[in-house]
Amino acid sequence: MAEPAVAAGLGAARPRGSWVSAFARQRELSLVAIMVVLGALVSIAAPQFLTFSNITAVAVLASIYAIASVGEALVVITRNIDLSVEATIGVVAYCVASVLERHVFDAPAAIALGIGIGLVLGMANGVIVTLLRVPSIVATLGTLSIFRGLDYVIAGSHQVPLAGLPPGFTDPARTNLFGVLPVFVLVALGVVVLGTIILRSTRFGRQVYAVGSNPEAAAILGIPARLVEFAAFSVCGLLAGVAGVMWVMFFGTINGTAGTGIVLSIVAAVVVGGVSTLGGSGTIAGAALGALFLGFTANALPLVGLSQFWLQAIYGLVILVAVSVDAIILRRLQRATAERRAR
Amino acid sequence: MLARWETLLVLALIGLVALGASLSPFFLTAGNFSNLIAALMEVAIMAMPMTLIIVAGEIDLSVESMAGLSSAILGFLWAAGVPLTIGIPVVLVVGALGGLLNGLIVARGGLPSLVVTLGTLALFRGMALIVLGPRGVSDFPTAFTQLGFGHVPGTLIPWPFVIFISLALVLGIVLHRTWVGRQVFAIGKNAETARFSGVRVTRVRISLFVLSGMVASLAGVILTSRLSSARADAGSGMTLTVATVVLLGGVNIFGGSGTIPGVALAVLCVAVMQNALRLASVTVEVQSIALGLLLILSVVIPTFAHQARSAVDRVRGGRHPPADPVARGEAAPS
Repeated sequence: MAEPAVAAGLGAARPRGSWVSAFARQRELSLVAIMVVLGALVSIAAPQFLTFSNITAVAVLASIYAIASVGEALVVITRNIDLSVEATIGVVAYCVASVLERHVFDAPAAIALGIGIGLVLGMANGVIVTLLRVPSIVATLGTLSIFRGLDYVIAGSHQVPLAGLPPGFTDPARTNLFGVLPVFVLVALGVVVLGTIILRSTRFGRQVYAVGSNPEAAAILGIPARLVEFAAFSVCGLLAGVAGVMWVMFFGTINGTAGTGIVLSIVAAVVVGGVSTLGGSGTIAGAALGALFLGFTANALPLVGLSQFWLQAIYGLVILVAVSVDAIILRRLQRATAERRAR
Repeated sequence: MLARWETLLVLALIGLVALGASLSPFFLTAGNFSNLIAALMEVAIMAMPMTLIIVAGEIDLSVESMAGLSSAILGFLWAAGVPLTIGIPVVLVVGALGGLLNGLIVARGGLPSLVVTLGTLALFRGMALIVLGPRGVSDFPTAFTQLGFGHVPGTLIPWPFVIFISLALVLGIVLHRTWVGRQVFAIGKNAETARFSGVRVTRVRISLFVLSGMVASLAGVILTSRLSSARADAGSGMTLTVATVVLLGGVNIFGGSGTIPGVALAVLCVAVMQNALRLASVTVEVQSIALGLLLILSVVIPTFAHQARSAVDRVRGGRHPPADPVARGEAAPS
């Protein structure tokens, strides 16, 4: 059953030219190359950068961002954007921590609750965008404010301390499988692999790209565009829920401000990872790599003597550079295609 | 059409004022009105160029960070002994340059303004943090703090309101009564058609972003003056309110229609609503929920009003609905 689907998936990519796929593939590779070069430079200046403990510490935190970025990438591929993910992460993190502190649920039920809340908030975004026809930028700017407001209202001035969580709940953030592979990294890898298989080899995956690259054509082909967009927002919320649960495990101490301002990092990760903001192209593996790249950048800054205040400016620059590079590549490709047609 | 959007806003405003009056006997005092107006003036001032930008089919999310950068640089220069007569012009030039950066990338690079200005939203805020760090500068002279804090002599009209009204008048005339405004509407309706009709699309777009950056830095100056303090985090979260005000004012998020008077009315509505909520001792958190809902509703209501209208038209005369399901009717006076 799977084989024809894979073949069709490859076939669908071919008419766009081997050029495009070469560049698309190169984006992940070039990101890895940049990371290796920058990593080498930083480790010359600061040897403690390239230690096992530092690298796993960065990778564990980046895993949380990577999972949120995968959801965001899915939404961006459908030519939408979700600015509310950080508030979803905040609501989920506080609710999970709070039910655990008050012994309402045990750990597995609390985790399920957190992911469920994420899914529901994502579905709310999906309804507003697809059913109420509000452009995603406006809808999610609104829900960013609404979800964050809910978070503050639920949390009040209360802060769940680390001691309020059941013993062992935060262990997954600090455990390495076989002594080398952090559990969080494994979860992120799982999400990326599963997501990649779904996007590359299922009907839904190809519909996501079709809706993003040309909504009208997708509609003519009989693709339920609104349903696909709704699903993308729902999955984005669900993954934000997963990230919110991991946030609790990682930080332990949670109040109503968890995750404030991280939407910029998440969007930056998606854009750096080569997902086109015009929709229809990019991979979730790229988005996850983008999150890893930004994680290493944040970690390297103090090592090379720059204060944390530089981080936001650098993220901003990274977004601008990444979208500009994409635009230049796109323009070259279009020119090349036009020349080939003229011949 | 059922009703002009502006008429609905006036009705909403009357309703909100009545609600406020029933909540507190202090609501209908001149002093309270002076306060509620002053509290929203930075947002109102930034909403004016934002109206033009959204009418032209773009968006500028970076305005709140530009206000913060402006506040940070002003504070930094003042702390370094530079007089405000030099500091303020410098800050306005920085604002124009920041807007130019947005405009060049969007208009020349052909990139979506949403992502570009999301990038500069982070970039400008980061620059503000680099310039001023976590400290605040607050020893400004009284003559300067009077700009944001004081009133026109003999009245209770706050100075920022005067600036807002002047800006609204100038941009209102430019948008609705000059060829420049008609070009902005043309670009928002269909940029390609506008280009073939001889509109210098790139130049107009860049100019709009420069204007937006400069006005945002002016708002930063006013904010610094009103709070008597320069901080790198000044204006955080204001973009949401600016966008809410503009869309509530009846500007079509897809470009091509909208009016300055509508946005000015929306400013009053939001100011009265926030004040009434505060008098009803609704917390700031719940107010942010209300603002988010308002933003979404200000797009949902016109969309569905339009659909209802075209449904009625279809039943009456068998007319076909317009091709664009979300166009918001003719909000621009011709």
